[in-house]
Amino acid sequence: MTDKDYLMLAIETSCDETSVAIVRGGREVLANVVSSQIETHRRFGGVVPEIASRKHVESITLILEEAFAKAGVGRGDIDAVAVTQGPGLIGALLVGVVAAKTLAMALDVPLIGTHHIAGHIYANRLIGEIVYPALALVVSGGHTELVLLEREGVFRIVGRTRDDAVGEAYDKVARALSFPYPGGPYVDKLAQASEEEVELPRAWLEPDSYDFSFSGLKSAVLAEINRAKMKGEELAQGALAKGFQASVIDVVTTKAMRAAQAFGVRQMLLCGGVAANLGLRERLTALCADAGLPLLIPPPSLCSDNAAMIAAAADLKWRRRAFTPLDMVAWPQLSLEEWSVQD
Amino acid sequence: MNDSQISLTYVWEARSEADTVRFAERLAALSQPGTVLALDGDLGAGKTRFAQAFARGLEVPGLVNSPTFTIIKEYEGGRLPFYHMDVYRLSTAEADELGLEEYFEGAGVSLVEWASLIEPLLPPERLHIGIALTGPDSRRLTGRPIGARYEAWCRELGMRPIGEEESET
Repeated sequence: MTDKDYLMLAIETSCDETSVAIVRGGREVLANVVSSQIETHRRFGGVVPEIASRKHVESITLILEEAFAKAGVGRGDIDAVAVTQGPGLIGALLVGVVAAKTLAMALDVPLIGTHHIAGHIYANRLIGEIVYPALALVVSGGHTELVLLEREGVFRIVGRTRDDAVGEAYDKVARALSFPYPGGPYVDKLAQASEEEVELPRAWLEPDSYDFSFSGLKSAVLAEINRAKMKGEELAQGALAKGFQASVIDVVTTKAMRAAQAFGVRQMLLCGGVAANLGLRERLTALCADAGLPLLIPPPSLCSDNAAMIAAAADLKWRRRAFTPLDMVAWPQLSLEEWSVQD
Repeated sequence: MNDSQISLTYVWEARSEADTVRFAERLAALSQPGTVLALDGDLGAGKTRFAQAFARGLEVPGLVNSPTFTIIKEYEGGRLPFYHMDVYRLSTAEADELGLEEYFEGAGVSLVEWASLIEPLLPPERLHIGIALTGPDSRRLTGRPIGARYEAWCRELGMRPIGEEESET
């Protein structure tokens, strides 16, 4: 067994999804099973969102079985076990951590506690080569961050949201427009379909800041909804969604491009659940093409929470034999920068 | 309804965001281990902004941002541990499984956004705070204390009692 063909089993349970992946050599995904996609669950009436840890407990063994079956490998073939240690919801993280520790101990293989955001970033390594220094734009329901990778496995957060995450802002606007949760994808679709656009503000913050703020934009959307209601006008939902999306994408991509230039990066990485947003993908693709900056974006299945990305990040530690002791604890506030490789 | 309590509702008019921030900071100064604040207000009323000011009053270091997605964010390093929760995404049954009571009975201060959604799970004594827009920057803060300690806080904060109402227990 070498670093190119070792088999890693990875577990992700930080939030809604229970996921297990089996990945060869840190790159080749043999199985990547995510609870919300699994058929057996649908027959039980669908248990999404899987917020409660009990749901993870119910799913984890089924999903482990399914991952082994899909990958066509046996338990004895596994060389290492990786698991999301944080950040996330403590009760949810615990289920994955306990399962991973149990497997690592029973199989007598190393355990690798992994950072969830490192996973989102390194999902890009499942589809291509990362060229350093690189800048990752992480956009998801719970995170909005600009992360600088000066070299492999070394993370520096250069910007982050001061209030709502992008995905959350989408969901809250969707809520105000009476779409069911999670409503982000509805807003994306509405925005794409509309010709009209309501002009909404952009929060640039201080001129040198790479931080984000979306609460003002959220308030502007609500004010527009109220204004229409007061005047008895029919709300132009599409135009409002388009204006909202335009503001978010403008701020997020402009700041990412500015940071890319300031830090002299050689590649842009887009990742996180909101990386599936079509408007964002298109705009960032165009801007990077103009700037001659290579861009990687994982396919949607690797953007939302999944365990294959955890295996991809854990590979950083595997190749350095930086294993995690079995007394490791799930850590909701795990720091990305501190999780960096130590060499 | 043997356990129903008569409680007053208190009001405090914040004329500006700075006013709201000062109120939240003064409230933080009164907080003790096991303090539970149940925060409600429409989308965009400023619940997270209120929580940020409250956290600063507790001397919580670093950035406090929205907990909507992760439901609970814990912060150490302040005068007391700070448990910031947003239960919007939860049903009462799901919230019950999260074991929130361990936070409520813990060594820190719990602030729950959208608390009215899980009212049956809240501890017997708590302070309900409502935030309502009265203008672009002004807010009406409503206090509904349950328990003598929280009743005393409302008076100490200079909130104006606006009459009696029967609390639903």
